[in-house]
Amino acid sequence: MSVLVDDDTRVVVQGITGGEGSFHAQQMIEYGTNVVAGAVPGRGGETVHDVPVYDTLATATTEHDANAVVVFVPPAFAGDAMFEALDTDVDLVVSITEGVPQQDMARVYRRLGETDTRLIGPNCPGIITPGQAKLGILPGNIFESGNVGLVSRSGTLTYQVVDNLTQRGIGQSTAIGIGGDPIIGTDFIDALELFENDPATDAIVMCGEIGGEDEEAAASYIDQNVSTPVVGFIAGRTAPPGKRMGHAGAIVSGSGTGTAESKIAALDDAGVPVGDTPSAVADFVEETL
Amino acid sequence: MMKLHEHQAKGVFADAGIPTPSSQLATSVEEAVDAADSIGYPVAIKAQVHVGGRGKAGGIKLVEDEAEARSAADAILGMDLKGLTVDSVLVEEAVDFTDELYVGVTMDRSAGKPVAMVSARGGVDIEEVAAEAPEAIVREHIDPAFGMHPYQARQAAFDAGLGEVATDVARVLSTLYDLWAAKDATSIEVNPLMVTADNEIIAADAVMNVDDDALFRHDDLEAMEDEAADDDLERKANQYGFDYVRLSGNVGIIGNGAGLVMTTLDIVDYYGGAPANFLDIGGGAKAERVANALDMVFSDENVDSIVFNIFGGITRGDEVAKGINEALGQFETIPKPVTVRLAGTNASEGREILNTELVTVEETLESAVQDAVENAEGTN
Repeated sequence: MSVLVDDDTRVVVQGITGGEGSFHAQQMIEYGTNVVAGAVPGRGGETVHDVPVYDTLATATTEHDANAVVVFVPPAFAGDAMFEALDTDVDLVVSITEGVPQQDMARVYRRLGETDTRLIGPNCPGIITPGQAKLGILPGNIFESGNVGLVSRSGTLTYQVVDNLTQRGIGQSTAIGIGGDPIIGTDFIDALELFENDPATDAIVMCGEIGGEDEEAAASYIDQNVSTPVVGFIAGRTAPPGKRMGHAGAIVSGSGTGTAESKIAALDDAGVPVGDTPSAVADFVEETL
Repeated sequence: MMKLHEHQAKGVFADAGIPTPSSQLATSVEEAVDAADSIGYPVAIKAQVHVGGRGKAGGIKLVEDEAEARSAADAILGMDLKGLTVDSVLVEEAVDFTDELYVGVTMDRSAGKPVAMVSARGGVDIEEVAAEAPEAIVREHIDPAFGMHPYQARQAAFDAGLGEVATDVARVLSTLYDLWAAKDATSIEVNPLMVTADNEIIAADAVMNVDDDALFRHDDLEAMEDEAADDDLERKANQYGFDYVRLSGNVGIIGNGAGLVMTTLDIVDYYGGAPANFLDIGGGAKAERVANALDMVFSDENVDSIVFNIFGGITRGDEVAKGINEALGQFETIPKPVTVRLAGTNASEGREILNTELVTVEETLESAVQDAVENAEGTN
């Protein structure tokens, strides 16, 4: 068991002929992901890594009965690509693209609310169910199948924590990178709910960071609704106010909201142990299991 | 996020038809005095730096005559305002006001949509008002698919109790929203929006922050970027295309991925060190970017040691290692000790390539940080 993606996920890669799209489509296929088609306007009829390419996403998903789309489209066109993906009615859209203009994303987010599709991202590493499927850019070799669910706003921080877990022989059920932008599809609470209802997940690691109030909201959700043990990590304790720390969403406001202290305190109040370092997170997980 | 200076934002607002006081930018005392003379006294002399509470910190002075203008400009130009040097001042007509209001538009990230705000309590830090008396700020969420309907602007202004000036304030708010949308702003505000004895309204300050990710479609704003930067190193980072933030410590930090770089900063702090910067070289970093990153951090005189932390997903360890060797090979002696930690894709290949005469190689994040912190302490 796992959440959202598995052996049965049938994936179309939007932007499969681009540098990133092509490289990662190949990595996804090598990992065993069922990549059934690609979509790039003007490139219909070609094949990339033996995968047929279509001019429109709607044709690709219909012809191949796909239920998931991964978006590798440059930021200026990613908003349009997400609209196209949402309009195909697939179950899952994973948007890897970093640097989508915030106002484009606000319009996508509004459209998302009218659909039954789940969106992960943008500006995220994607999602992986180890040994079954990965949709995105996560390095498959560091993951191992197991019983810890992972949700994180950051890509490389996820890899760091996963590496600490795997090296101790602790595997993962599914890892979801929800993305570092201020407006994203799937948030912490959505992911926590999925893991809580997944019989294969016995513990959850949640990696947050400064900016916004999603971690605080997640902490109160955990307090009320999550019986699976959760271990936390919050990046950005040393971030000064008013400066964007790489991720568009990682900014402590001038009035002091979105600080690491506030998030750590909220998690603490919800009974979630928060590691000072990634290896301390692995220590807590080890104790929990 | 690109922050426009007050004078830049006022230019954008004035072009859109929002009334602003007459003003001139000056970079020398003489220019400031000439500007004040031509505008007519009294004038305000305002430091153009991105610092909250400029007035309290001595960065804004109201002057009545030429002698006062000269001494105020002399005091403000070149002054250090919370760590930033003042290179220019805005000389501006002083407005005689009876009321100070607040209007603004920002993205409400938890709602995923823009929110317009109006308050009768302008002229003070609006975040303080929000904390003390949240009901004093009227908020109106806007559907990004439709934009702000004129009635929403009117409703916000009337609900804020603005009475006679409500319709005019609503017009300013509508214009601000249209600017927010057209210019891909992340936040835009006027505080204070002054009301004169004749019920004229005038934007006495202007804040406009623009989404970096949308600058590609705004050549006019992109042209303002260099001038808007606070610091030479941040300007250099713009040119190299790095996410960079300068901090006050002496341990330089380079890594890939925002979350991991932030974590590296935190761990430097955890082991008793003080981070000098945040520098994310991004995904798939090639040798040249690595060399540019080292060049940036070496050129920061506050830096005494460097930790280079890469967890390869897209970024390959061997590429990074080549970049480090290349960058450091140019020096006869390495200017500052560099500790490298490589993990993930092609990390072991990378570790083999690294020239250990130039750098210290550590296996874990923790040990690499500890080494860099010790190096930084050793130099003091």
